[in-house]
Formats: sequence, C-alpha cells, structure tokens
Amino acid sequence: MDELLELLKDVRDDVDFENCESLIDDGILASFDILQIIAAINEEFDVEIPATSIIPANFNSAKAMMALITKLQED
Amino acid sequence: MTNVCEMLERSAAKFPDKVAFSDPRESITFSQLMTDSQKIACRFLLTCGMTGNSRSVLFFMEKCVKAMPVMFAGAYCSAFYCFVDIRQSDERVLSIIRRVTPNVVVTDEENRERLEKIAPGLEYFLVEEITDKNELDNAEIDRGLLANAKKDHTDTRPLYVNFTSGSTGEPKGVAVGHASVMDFIEVFTKEFGISDKDVIANQAPFDFDVSVKDIYSGIYTGATVRLIPREYFKNPTLLMDYLCDGKVTVLIWAVTAMCFVSIMNGFDYRCPDKLRLVMFSGEVMPIKQLNKWRKHVPGAIYVNLYGPTEITCNCTFHVITRDYELDESIPIGRPFCNEKVFLLDENDELISIYNHQKEGEICVCGTCLALGYFRDMKKTEEVFVRNPLNNDWYERMYRTGDLGKYDRFGDLHYTSRKDHQIKHMGQRVELSDIDVSANAVDGVSRSCCIYDHKKSRIILFYTGDIEKDALSDKLKEKLPEFMVPNKTIKLDEFPVNKNGKIDRKALEELK
Repeated sequence: MDELLELLKDVRDDVDFENCESLIDDGILASFDILQIIAAINEEFDVEIPATSIIPANFNSAKAMMALITKLQED
Repeated sequence: MTNVCEMLERSAAKFPDKVAFSDPRESITFSQLMTDSQKIACRFLLTCGMTGNSRSVLFFMEKCVKAMPVMFAGAYCSAFYCFVDIRQSDERVLSIIRRVTPNVVVTDEENRERLEKIAPGLEYFLVEEITDKNELDNAEIDRGLLANAKKDHTDTRPLYVNFTSGSTGEPKGVAVGHASVMDFIEVFTKEFGISDKDVIANQAPFDFDVSVKDIYSGIYTGATVRLIPREYFKNPTLLMDYLCDGKVTVLIWAVTAMCFVSIMNGFDYRCPDKLRLVMFSGEVMPIKQLNKWRKHVPGAIYVNLYGPTEITCNCTFHVITRDYELDESIPIGRPFCNEKVFLLDENDELISIYNHQKEGEICVCGTCLALGYFRDMKKTEEVFVRNPLNNDWYERMYRTGDLGKYDRFGDLHYTSRKDHQIKHMGQRVELSDIDVSANAVDGVSRSCCIYDHKKSRIILFYTGDIEKDALSDKLKEKLPEFMVPNKTIKLDEFPVNKNGKIDRKALEELK
C-alpha cells in the first residue's frame, strides 16, 4: 500500500489519496492523471490492467486501486 | 467562398438528410443544421446588437450537438465564436470574458450556476432554450437580415478565437479567419481523401484547434462527425464501444488521447476495425504506443501532424511508412500544399534542406497564418513579422518558437522549444506563466518551474514562508487544471549560476 501511495503522490502531490473515496466521482482526477497512474501501476506492480477494469469504482480510492492490483496479481 | 457557412450550404444541398454531427444523446442533419443556424442567426441579429468589428459568441459549456447550430449562427452573423475551457479557474474564465466582451454568451443547464457566480449580472442564453425544437420550428428565416449581416464580411474576419497559455499570466487569444480555415480544410481533406463516406470521431474539445479539422472536414466533405464526450476518456470500454458501434473511419486526435487508448489496453476489449486513417498531433508520439496501435489496427494509415494554433491546425505532415526504433523520432515531415515552412538560423538566414546538422526556428508563411492575438497588438507583432528573406513584397511570417532540423531525406524533425514553453496533457504551457502566478501568491518570495519530460510532470520550486499545500490550493484557484504543478518543492534558497539567474540544471538534480 505504501508503494502505491508513493506512486500516487508522485503523479499528484496535492491530492489526499489516503482518505479520499471519490477520486473519480468528484472529478478530482483528470483523465491524464488516470493515464499516468495506470502506466505507473503497470510498471511498478508488473500487471496489465484490462480496459474492462478501468471503471470509476476501481479508481475512486487508493484502497480500491490496491484491491484491483492484488486481484490482478493473484490471477 | 468567403464564409464557412457557404461550405455548410453546399453540403446541405448535396446531403440534406445525412447526419452532420452526433453525440451520445442526439444528432443533426446537414439541412437541419443549416436552417437552425440561420434561424438562430436571425434571432441574434434582431436582439443582440450583432454589429461592430469584434462581434462574438462566447460558449461556456462542453461541446455537444446542440452547440453546433449556435456556432454557425455566429458565423452567419460574421461574428467569431470562442469556446472557453470550463475546467479553468474562475479567475481565468472571467479574464477571457473581459477580453472578448462577447455580444452573446451561451451556456447550458449544467454550467449556468457557475457562470452566474463567475460573472454576476452577465446576460446569457441557455443552449437548451435557443435550440428548442418547437421554438425553432416556428421561427422564420429573414433573408434580408442575413444578407445585411454579410455586408461588412470579408474572409479575413475571424471565425474563432482560441485561448492558449500566455507568458504574462494573461491568456492569449489566437484569432483565425474564415479564409485560413477554408484554405486549410480543402488541402487537408484532399491530401487524405476524406469524403462523405467517412465517419470522423472528434476527440478534441472545441477550445482546442484540433477540433477545427474535425468540424470543418465534416462540413466540407459531408462526412459525419461524432463528438466524443470528455468523460469517455476516463472510461476505455465506453470509448471503444462508441468508436466501434459508430463505425468510425477517421481519427484526428491529440497524442495524449491516442496514448489513453493504448495504455488502457482498449484494444484488448474491442478493436475499431473500420478505422482507415489515424492522425495525431500536439506532442511527440511515443513509439511504443504507436506500435501498439499499428499492431491492433494494422489496416489504417498513420500520419504525424505538426503545427501550432497560430498557423491554423497544421503546417506539415508525415505519413508513417516504416517501423520505428523506440529511440527514433518520427519526422514532422513536409509542408501541406499552399504553405511555406522553413528554418531560419539565429541570424535569420535560411537553412538549406540539404543541411542535416544545423538547427533553426520553424517559420511559416501562407494564407494559413492566423490574424494574430486578439486585442494584443504587441504580442502579435512579436511573432507575426515580415519574412526577412523577402525584400520584394510584404510577406507575413509566423515564428513558431519551435526548433527543427532536416534529416537526410529532407524531412523536417521537431527538436525542442526556443523558450520555456512545454506541452503538457496536450496543452501548451509557458512555464514562466506558472511562475508569475506562484510569485503573486502571498508568502512566496521566488519561484521557478521545470518540466520532467520523462515522467510528464510539472515541478514547482519556491522559497518563502507559505506551506506547500497552501500554495497548491492557491494555484488551483488561479490556474487551469493542466497547469497546476504535479509536485511542489519548498527550498531554503535557489541554486543560482554566476549571473545570479536561477540555475535550472541544478534544479533538475533536486527533483
């Protein structure tokens, strides 16, 4: 989780990734941010996030992103 | 032809019942677009004092089909239109409204409240109301009124004004005339064989001149243009469904948007197999992402386009004909027909196309040149100048501020910027523009931005007693989203070189 938070901070250091639960729903992340986050996750965690998983529910919070990464790593 | 509305009339006669524009909610045919535009134009002419040199229609909303007849209504009144990026700060929106002093302001239900807050007392129309079907069905077209509006029209009047980042912190409005758009679109559609059989998927927002190619290629050739809502670029399955189900054949996109599809693995979900032409511009295309596109959509022709807003969309192009190594650069290629593109060295001497060593500033001449920066003669005269190579007549030339070099095939390559302008999220950003805003914040004594090209991040360094979160919050109020630094770093003091200037190289080390 720390690794993920570190990565997210690197993309946008002005967002409270630890506590925010509505990163997408409230428009806090723009599509370019999401693009950077996905590219970084793919690289750092050695996963390939499929297009079908790129939905608001999976990116609204750091917790949700972590759950997605864990699921992809197990598959 | 002297007005883009004549292109619309021609297509309306040829393809009356064909869909001109569609979005996920609705669509409009060419003939309906024409008559609705004319009716709305009459309303504007009767009630909005549509006279004067700089009559204009300003939009504060996202692009949609409903906006189309209102834009062309503006053109019928020989007024220019200006789309304001709604993601910008209130302060910046207000400064654009003040600069433009529009005769007509158009917004929608979604954005009206914010507009009222930004500019209290400003009169506006709701797009839902002016394009209301019942009302338009009952409205008349007053030909005399339309003819009268044409009287002072020339094709050198502005069609649109697009605002980009400016180095003084003030947004800079690029005014482009009807002639430039009609000239470029004819050449552009001919070069790539765009026709009424095509379906163009519009990615770019309308405040961005990439959209001009979509809108007017459609209007000129009779192709259907499908508008993709901004939200689809957060959701790849929605986007891929829209492209596939809409049988899209042509993409004229920003590089960032192309990367969105390939990085989000959109092709593993669905492949838009009708695509025949994929064109991209705005930034240097990462080869890795281009390769993904070519692998999944092998039947399409890929074209690298180059050019700043000031020369109307693009001035050079290069059709991709081979595979590129990951560290190679794709040429920006050769000039479009009716455009002169060349390199000048630091003494304003021409660099020969056979010279592969020397770097020079990319300069452009032709009908494509914008009219200048709206209500900013000083800035206009700095970059729209007389061609120093021509002593025989007055030839206007635009200095792009981009540096380039020829390869051994005589193709042009973009190398870097002359100043501190960068491309971030597909938008032009003057780093000094961010510095100006940061310096204006209480508690900041000095600031300087650098750009991490590898990671595409803006990094702001500053000294002063304000906390970095507080500074971030202040900048978010002042700057558009794409200009807010990704990272803010507080320093005790700036590294300086021997002339006392901030040492940017040393800052690179600190990031």
